[in-house]
Amino acid sequence: MTESLIGLTASDLASRLAAGEVSAVEATQAHLDRIAAVDGGRDADGRAQGPGVHAFLHVANERALADAADVDAARARGDALPTLAGVPIAVKDVLATTGMPTTCGSRILRGWVPPYDATVVRRLREHRLVILGKTNMDEFAMGSSTEHSAYGATRNPWDTDRIPGGSGGGSAASLAAFEAPLAIGTDTGGSIRQPAAVTGTVGVKPTYGAVSRYGLVALASSLDQAGPCARTVLDAALLHEVVAGHDPCDSTSLPTPVPDVVAAARHGDVAGLRIGIIRELAGDGGGWQAGVKARFDEAVEALVDAGAKITEVSCPSFTAALAAYYLILPSEASSNLAKFDAMRYGLRVYPEGVADPTAEQVMAATREAGFGDEVKRRIILGTYALSSGYYEAYYGSAQKVRTLIQRDFEAAFAQADVLVSPTAPTTAFPLGDKLDDPLAMYLNDVATIPANLAGVPGMSLPSGLADEDGLPTGLQILAPANADDRLYRVGAALEALLVDRWGGPLLDRVPTLAPAEASR
Amino acid sequence: MSAISRDEVAHLAALARIDLRPDELDRLAKELDVILDAVATVQQVAGDDVPATSHPMPLTNVTRPDEPRPSLPVEAVLAGAPEAEQQRFRVPRILEED
Repeated sequence: MTESLIGLTASDLASRLAAGEVSAVEATQAHLDRIAAVDGGRDADGRAQGPGVHAFLHVANERALADAADVDAARARGDALPTLAGVPIAVKDVLATTGMPTTCGSRILRGWVPPYDATVVRRLREHRLVILGKTNMDEFAMGSSTEHSAYGATRNPWDTDRIPGGSGGGSAASLAAFEAPLAIGTDTGGSIRQPAAVTGTVGVKPTYGAVSRYGLVALASSLDQAGPCARTVLDAALLHEVVAGHDPCDSTSLPTPVPDVVAAARHGDVAGLRIGIIRELAGDGGGWQAGVKARFDEAVEALVDAGAKITEVSCPSFTAALAAYYLILPSEASSNLAKFDAMRYGLRVYPEGVADPTAEQVMAATREAGFGDEVKRRIILGTYALSSGYYEAYYGSAQKVRTLIQRDFEAAFAQADVLVSPTAPTTAFPLGDKLDDPLAMYLNDVATIPANLAGVPGMSLPSGLADEDGLPTGLQILAPANADDRLYRVGAALEALLVDRWGGPLLDRVPTLAPAEASR
Repeated sequence: MSAISRDEVAHLAALARIDLRPDELDRLAKELDVILDAVATVQQVAGDDVPATSHPMPLTNVTRPDEPRPSLPVEAVLAGAPEAEQQRFRVPRILEED
C-alpha cells in the first residue's frame, strides 16, 4: 500500500484522493515513512550524518499529518476542494514558512522561524497541499551541487556518491527518491532545471515575475524565480497553476494572466511547431559529455518524427552569458545579503577578546562565522564589481551583455516557437569533484543562465541515461516570456514519445535506495 | 598581472562587514583573481551603443494605496531576534568610544 502510494504521480494521487480511495493522512504518512526510511539522520548541529539521501533539512511530521487530517475532514463534510488538496509537497528552504525553520542552507539562519509565509507557501496552503518539510540547498542558493549547504550535501538517488544538482538539489532528490510527489524550487541561474536534469525529474522556471517572490529570500532579485518540480510534465503544470499569478506584495509580479499550462500539458503536440536548436548550446565542443549530446540528438529526432520543424538558430551573445551572470549575481547578492546584520534575526556572534564591541564589530564577526566560503566569495566579488572605478567595467558591461542576450532571444523566437538545448553539459558529477574549483562549478550553468538573464521561461525534462555512466540527462525547452504554456505542450509531447520508447518512466530505473537509519 | 591584491580583498571584506581570517584572505585573493580574469571578458562584448539592462521585464514601478493596515504583532517580530528588551531589538553599541 505504502509502496504504491509513494510511486503515484501527483495527478493520480489527487484523483484517488478525490474519489475517496485513499485519505490524505494515508498519503502523507506513506511519504513521511519513506522519508524516515531513506533520508538519513542529522547530528545535533543539523548536519547530515550517516547514509541517506539527506534531501530534507526539516521534516514537519506533526504539522503535515494535522494538515492532512483537515483535508480529510473537509472532504468528509463534502466541501469543494482544490485539485491538489491532500497531495504532499516538499518546499525549498529558501521560502519563508511559519511554524517551520527557514535557513537557506546557512548557519546564519539556523533555527530561524519566519513570522510570515511566502506567497508561494500561502498559495500551497490555500490549495490544501500538505507541506512535508523543507529541502536542502546550496547556502543562499549559491551553487550547483548542494555541497555549499552548511548542513551537508544532499545525495543523488541515482548514485549516492554523486551530486543531486543545485542549488535546489534537495527538492529534486526528494522527487527522485519518492519522498515527495511534488516540490517547490527556485531558479536564479538554473537551480530548478539543472537538478531536474541530473536526477531524471522535471523542473520549470516560469517567466520572470509569473510567480511571486514575496517571502523568497532574495539571492539576485532581477533573476530569482520560484517554480514547480515534479516527476511528470502534467504534475509540474498542476503545481505551476497553483503558485503562479499576480501578487500585490511583489512589485515585480506580472499583472498578466497565467497561460493555461494544465491544458497545454494535457494536449502535448509538436506537429507543425518550429523548434530552434541553439547552435552555441547544441552540445558540441569541450565540456559537453558525449552521452548528454547523444540523448539530446535522439530527442530532437523524436520531435522531428512527431512532425516538428527543426531550425538552427544562433545566439552569439550566449557565450558571454556566464561571465555576465557571475558579475550581475554577486553584485545583487552582495546588496541583498547585507540584511544579515545580526541585529534583528538570525545568528549573533560577539568577536573574541573584544570588550564591549560595537554593532559593526558584531556584524563582521557574525558574518564571518555565519557565512560559508562560496557566499563570502560572491559577496566580495559583488562588492568589487560595484565599487567605484570598477562599476562601469564590470557591472555596467555585464548589463550590456544582458541586453545583447535579450536581443538574441528576440531574433531566435522570430524564427522558432520554442528553443531546445541540453540542460546541463554533464550528468551528475561525483561529490567533491568541483568543490575546489569555483569556475568549473560555474560552468555547469552555461545552458540555463541565458533564460534568467532574459526573464524567459524554461523547462528541463529527462532525455534518457548517458551510455558512459548510466546517469540521467536533461533536455531544456525555452519559450518567449509569458508563453510558459508552450513549454508544457512540447514537454508533454516529448515525454510521451520518450516514455513510450523507454517502456515506462525513467525513474522506474532508479536504483533501490538502501534504508538509512533515521535519527532525527 | 593579478587583477586583485590581498590588500584589496581585505578592504572589500571590511566594506562588506566580514571579518575574514588571514588564511581566507590569502585563498580568496587567488580565487578571485582567477574568477575576475574569466568574467572580465564581458568588457569585450558590447559596444558603447548598447544600452544596459538591469531588469528582464519592462515593468513600471507600482505603489499601493496609502492606507493603514495591520502589521505583524511585536511578539512575532521579536521572536527571531538575537536579543530583545522592552519590546525592542537590543543591539550592541553603535558609537565608537571617544
